[in-house]
Amino acid sequence: MPHKPPTTEELERRKIVGIREETITDVTSTDFPGHYPGEDHSWDIERFRQGFRVEFHHNETFEASFSLIGIDASIANAFRRIMIADIPTLAIETVFINNNTSVIQDEVLSHRLGLIPFKGGHDGLHKFIKWYRKPDDQSQLDSSYFDNNTVSLRLEVKCEHNDKAAAGETDPTKLYKHAHVYARDIEFVPVGRQLQYFSGEDAIAPVNPDILIAKLRPGQEISLSMHMHKGVGSDHAKFSPVATASYRLMPVITIERPILGRDAEKFARCFPKGVIGLEKVTRKEAAKKGSGYEGHEGELKAVVRDPMRDTVSRECLRHDEFKGKVKLGRRRDHFIYLVESTGQLQSDEIFLEAVAHLKKRAQFLEKQVMNMVR
Amino acid sequence: MGAIDDGFEALLEPFYNGKQLTDPISTKEDKYQLLPAFLKVKGLVKQHIDSYNFFVEHEIKDIVRANRSIRSDQEKDFWLEFTDIRVGTPTRNDYSDYKARDEVTPMECRLRDMTYAAPVVVDIVYSRERKKIVRKDIPLCRIPVMLKSAKCCLSGANNAQMEIMNECPLDPGGYFIINGTEKVILIQEQLSKNRVIVEADEKTGGVSASVTSSTHERKSKTYVILKKDRIVLNHNVLVEPIPIVIVLKALGGLSDYEIMELVAGGDARYQDDFLINFDEATKAGVYTQQQALEYVGTRVKMGGPKKGRSMSAPRRSPVEEGLDALANIIIAHVTIEDLDFYPKAIYIAMMVRRVLMAAHNPKLVDDRDFVGNKRLELAGQLLSLLFEDMFKMFVGSLKSNMEYFFKKPNRTSAYDPVGPISSQGQYITQGLNRAIQSGNWHVKRFNMNRAGVTHVLSRLSYIAALGMMTRISSQFEKTRKVSGPRALQPSQWGMLCPSDTPEGEACGLVKNLALMTHITTNAEEEPVRNSIFSLIPGVAPIRMSTGTEMHKPGNYIIHLNGTPFALTSHPKQFAARFKTMRRRGHISPFIGIHINEHFAAIHIATDEGRICRPYIIVKDGKSRLKAEHLKLLQLGKATFDDFLRRGVIEYLDVNEENDALIAIKEEDINQSTTHMEIEPFTILGAVAGLIPFPHHNQSPRNTYQCAMGKQAIGAIAYNQFNRIDTLLYTLVYPQRPMVITKTIQLIHYDKLPAGQNATVVVMSYSGYDIEDALVLNKASCDRGFGRCQVFRKYTAELQQYPNGRKDRLGGIQKGEDGRTIPKHACLDKDGLAVVGYRVNSGETMIMKETPIDQTSTGIGSDRGSDDFRPAAINYRIPDAAYIDKVMVSNTEKNTAIVKVQTRQTRRPELGDKFSSRHGQKGVVGIIVDQEDMPFSDSGLVPDIIMNPHGFPSRMTVGKLFECLTGKASVVAGLRDYGFGDAFRSHPVEEMGKVLVDHGFSWEGKDYFTSGITGEPHEAYLFNGPIYYQRLKHMVQDKMHSRSRGPRAILTRQPTEGRSRDGGLRLGEMERDCLIAYGASQLLLERLMYSSDATQVDICERCGLLGYKGFCQTCGSTSQVTQMTMPYAAKLLMQELISMNVGVRMQLEDKFPHPR
Repeated sequence: MPHKPPTTEELERRKIVGIREETITDVTSTDFPGHYPGEDHSWDIERFRQGFRVEFHHNETFEASFSLIGIDASIANAFRRIMIADIPTLAIETVFINNNTSVIQDEVLSHRLGLIPFKGGHDGLHKFIKWYRKPDDQSQLDSSYFDNNTVSLRLEVKCEHNDKAAAGETDPTKLYKHAHVYARDIEFVPVGRQLQYFSGEDAIAPVNPDILIAKLRPGQEISLSMHMHKGVGSDHAKFSPVATASYRLMPVITIERPILGRDAEKFARCFPKGVIGLEKVTRKEAAKKGSGYEGHEGELKAVVRDPMRDTVSRECLRHDEFKGKVKLGRRRDHFIYLVESTGQLQSDEIFLEAVAHLKKRAQFLEKQVMNMVR
Repeated sequence: MGAIDDGFEALLEPFYNGKQLTDPISTKEDKYQLLPAFLKVKGLVKQHIDSYNFFVEHEIKDIVRANRSIRSDQEKDFWLEFTDIRVGTPTRNDYSDYKARDEVTPMECRLRDMTYAAPVVVDIVYSRERKKIVRKDIPLCRIPVMLKSAKCCLSGANNAQMEIMNECPLDPGGYFIINGTEKVILIQEQLSKNRVIVEADEKTGGVSASVTSSTHERKSKTYVILKKDRIVLNHNVLVEPIPIVIVLKALGGLSDYEIMELVAGGDARYQDDFLINFDEATKAGVYTQQQALEYVGTRVKMGGPKKGRSMSAPRRSPVEEGLDALANIIIAHVTIEDLDFYPKAIYIAMMVRRVLMAAHNPKLVDDRDFVGNKRLELAGQLLSLLFEDMFKMFVGSLKSNMEYFFKKPNRTSAYDPVGPISSQGQYITQGLNRAIQSGNWHVKRFNMNRAGVTHVLSRLSYIAALGMMTRISSQFEKTRKVSGPRALQPSQWGMLCPSDTPEGEACGLVKNLALMTHITTNAEEEPVRNSIFSLIPGVAPIRMSTGTEMHKPGNYIIHLNGTPFALTSHPKQFAARFKTMRRRGHISPFIGIHINEHFAAIHIATDEGRICRPYIIVKDGKSRLKAEHLKLLQLGKATFDDFLRRGVIEYLDVNEENDALIAIKEEDINQSTTHMEIEPFTILGAVAGLIPFPHHNQSPRNTYQCAMGKQAIGAIAYNQFNRIDTLLYTLVYPQRPMVITKTIQLIHYDKLPAGQNATVVVMSYSGYDIEDALVLNKASCDRGFGRCQVFRKYTAELQQYPNGRKDRLGGIQKGEDGRTIPKHACLDKDGLAVVGYRVNSGETMIMKETPIDQTSTGIGSDRGSDDFRPAAINYRIPDAAYIDKVMVSNTEKNTAIVKVQTRQTRRPELGDKFSSRHGQKGVVGIIVDQEDMPFSDSGLVPDIIMNPHGFPSRMTVGKLFECLTGKASVVAGLRDYGFGDAFRSHPVEEMGKVLVDHGFSWEGKDYFTSGITGEPHEAYLFNGPIYYQRLKHMVQDKMHSRSRGPRAILTRQPTEGRSRDGGLRLGEMERDCLIAYGASQLLLERLMYSSDATQVDICERCGLLGYKGFCQTCGSTSQVTQMTMPYAAKLLMQELISMNVGVRMQLEDKFPHPR
């Protein structure tokens, strides 16, 4: 039987993940060779180039949102995973406690310090700071720290009575000096070439100076120094450059039969604001036979305005009046990313690094495979 | 600042969103506000404190008054009287005059291993040479002080004062500190005293009425038994049961007619049944009171309770014996005044009547398990029992001390009782301390022999401590297989928590108080009696009435604490008037009254230990609680007791509850309603109150949570880092639950929480989540989820020996290179570990040394070695820890004490136990990287993945509701939604609406993408925050393995248990498997070669053991062979021989060599 090439509707249908009331259908992509008899779905760079598109929605330091259109879930997921776990950042790894008389225990204090995100000069972080490798021999430990693999920080806080506090004051922050220890109290101690990479604006400093580290009372003191190293999120979550990196698929809302009047308003309420618009049925539409609009001229009808805003709450599937009138789905190859940086790196930069990382890994794999074949 | 900042105002906050303080108050919605007002004055731990206060302020004085005078037998003129006794405030025992401040705080006692006790002083009057000498404030003894009681320095202290004393303001109090350990006297449940209980014996068909009489002098049990149609009276003091007519004749010489009247009244049925008993008396030849007394007197056991009587006293005649027994021993709580036996005759006749009635109608027997027939004994009562016994002993020994003094022929000075009082008084101190310390309550006088009365206060979590304070232990034996006492009694409603009971052997026997329960203290009987006669018309004293009058239909006998004392013909009217009197405050609000129609009796109870509970009074279909009352409460202008006085609220005990018609909600009130519930969720206790939506759970799940809530790690108290406990668990980042209940606020669980709000996704993931295992997010653990700390205490006491030598610290060993040896790496110069150091297994923390010579006197040549032997305390746990605290102080005995506390911080690991608040426990099955976790559209990644198979069989719908409610609160950013109280929780439909409004699915199930494939999951996943508790069972404390290791000395078998690095036992069931399988060589290896195989020499001729190839018995080497056998078997053989049991071994070659 000769094979008919698929119609455009068929191709479009294949790209949709079905959102049903209780299930999600067509979860996996089918555009791989051998799935449809007679169709060749082998990967082709030209076809990919044609189909692939990047759209930026917004791009700020702490949050970036963009769409990748025309790639497979596995690749999209790889980017997401790399962003979370494989992009190196600098974080506090070792804490040397000289004195800690606060109520907060050494380990807990260290743990809190480790989770504070830091920022610093771009060049320094990217080019200058290298990986730190812990020596196998413990006695070599002291000679393993260099200006290009370790950043030194210091925290020296002592709480004292504030003589200027008003009588009857109960607020500890006014009653005492340094009652609260914040991230801004951490001091950067530049060593060697760090001076040229991390000076002025580029100095190593906490992204958010208002992170509360500990609370002190008069007589209590925290005195410690810290070492920062480069690490990856797969080792510890503190090294992850993102608070979260995720994607969602582009929602598709198809109104198959007209939704009019009161129903249309209710329908719009089933979605977040701006997803569904209400328009008047035009004369032209009303005149068209079989469209479902006959005799409804001037009434409000529901139209899809901005499906990207939909949160896929499936609320419209719950109500009987919309049964059979609407179909929900999501575009399988349209990934709307949301990258929230912790501040050390720019959100978009993280993505670019993820691409670079994937490329590097692929090249590495290629080399390995070559070696294997040889 | 108010006296105690208990966050009371916050508790009055409205339940649900949208309600402002300015909104009109509706009694229907806001009546729960009485609950925090109640808990401010009563309830939870207050019963312990009230009971203790009653003891130290009233009871102790009564005890001393009852035993106040001592007279000497030798010196007739001498007398001594205790005029008063007072309990002071807690002081240090190591008192000396130059100390300016002697008050002691509980924290100091805990840290220094002291007893938190207060001095007791007495005032005495005695005669010296015919003059009256008054001495005041003579120290008698020291009595342990209950924390937060009236005598405690914490009572009435505000938060700032508490902070200065290093005490947690949220600590419940109600326990004692004995030698540094916190001890709780559990509430004891008992059958009520001085009440008649009628029971039917199933087997013999007999009916018996029994009464346990309890007076200050003695406790005894009297029975009236119906057996084969004849009624007898029995008592411990009697040799044999005595026919009832003889007893009644002995009591005041009643005529046969009068006896018949008293027992049966005009009822012919009872007359017929009772008639036969007269024959018994006739048969015994008893017609007069004299004869009857003689009959009884000859059957009274000699010795027995009169052991103390001196031989010199003249032997009494049987009549006197009988009189004494009937007057003072049998039914002792009905007192005989001026030899008037009529009240006692009435009492016994009443018992007989009850027996006859029960014989006619089996329904008229009493139910032992009915809560109204139970009394709860609290710390104060138990202590007073003990103190009474001890004080009597003290008086005895003081007297003998006195006699000893007066016996001296030529005395140099007049007798001064001050010294002996203080020296004899220390036995009271010791006795009280020992009893609370060991929990053994031995009071010989009352035949009381109880063990396990006190327990160490569990400080595992705040809830564990609080739960212990509300616990009630029953006197029933745990081993007996009766279901009655264990079953949930309908009368427990509102009084005892239906959920909080342990599983297993103590199930149903150990109970917990509900939130609004109060336990009564004793009220005086006399004022009640007086006000009844003076204020209520139509009441005649029963003393004046004959049996016919008493039992005339329509006449009701009024009993006061079970003893008949008056008669009325208008019971309803009487009860109503009595209640009015109570509501007006003429008599104590805790006096209960109820009408028993079956026995035509009105019972008034004033005794202690009754369980009661407050209700809103309803009159004529209208609640007495008005909006203005609540307004006053909110403004702080009225307290709960004000409402009690104004007749808005009253306490009902279990018996009185039966006469009331109680509406649960305001809309349920009708014309016949008498009371209304303050708040339905108070039928649960404090621990069950933690569960959100408990009314949607299967009931055993709530019970499981009650057990697990006590094991949850969390914040213990505000002073947790000042405490040095043997074992202390704390959570690093505890959180207030997203979904709370009013109970949580009331007991301040939101301030000392034990758990964290985990984002949970319900799905199947990875297969490492079967059988309730959980999947944890590694990144969550990195960020501090479930992180906990374990503190351990190590103590060393530096003793002083009789020869003056002392233990000392120091002696750090140096290696050859001059450096301290690794074992002593963390020691400082003083021989104690340095705070902040990391100690590894085997390292020394306290370098204590004891003198080798502890006995020599040091006089002359008797001088021992000056050397010291190390007695170091080492860190023995395999995982390293940090030194958290080092404390050096003195104990009361003035020996130095050193305490070192170590700290471990643990992140969750595979196998650690977690549980939600719905009895759903599980262990960590796998910890998964964040990127592998499923994620939602918004990028949300779960902390915990839970397997959905945990739901269908457990039916914990409450957990689903908690999740949904929590999620709605989170997305809306309003904590007002987060209430999950029993019976009044927010409807979940509204939660669904909130979710939809914020763009989530109405049922809480969202679209998730797999973190592994990047493709969507085919189902929507139920997700949201659920409060998870980390339980104390952790892998690190349990994991254990061994290849070779230590063996027990006696049997040479491997030792047992992880702490001794023991082997893993191949038990008998495993053995059975190997036998069944036929793996004989494996069996031999496991049970012998890998255990205790030994080579023995056996003489084939005599069958006994030889040695080195030589048989001692036969004196030859000829037939001695070697064989391998278990050492335990060899040992058994030798042990049998040592007991003169001959054992011979006969050897045989199973596979003989072919010759």
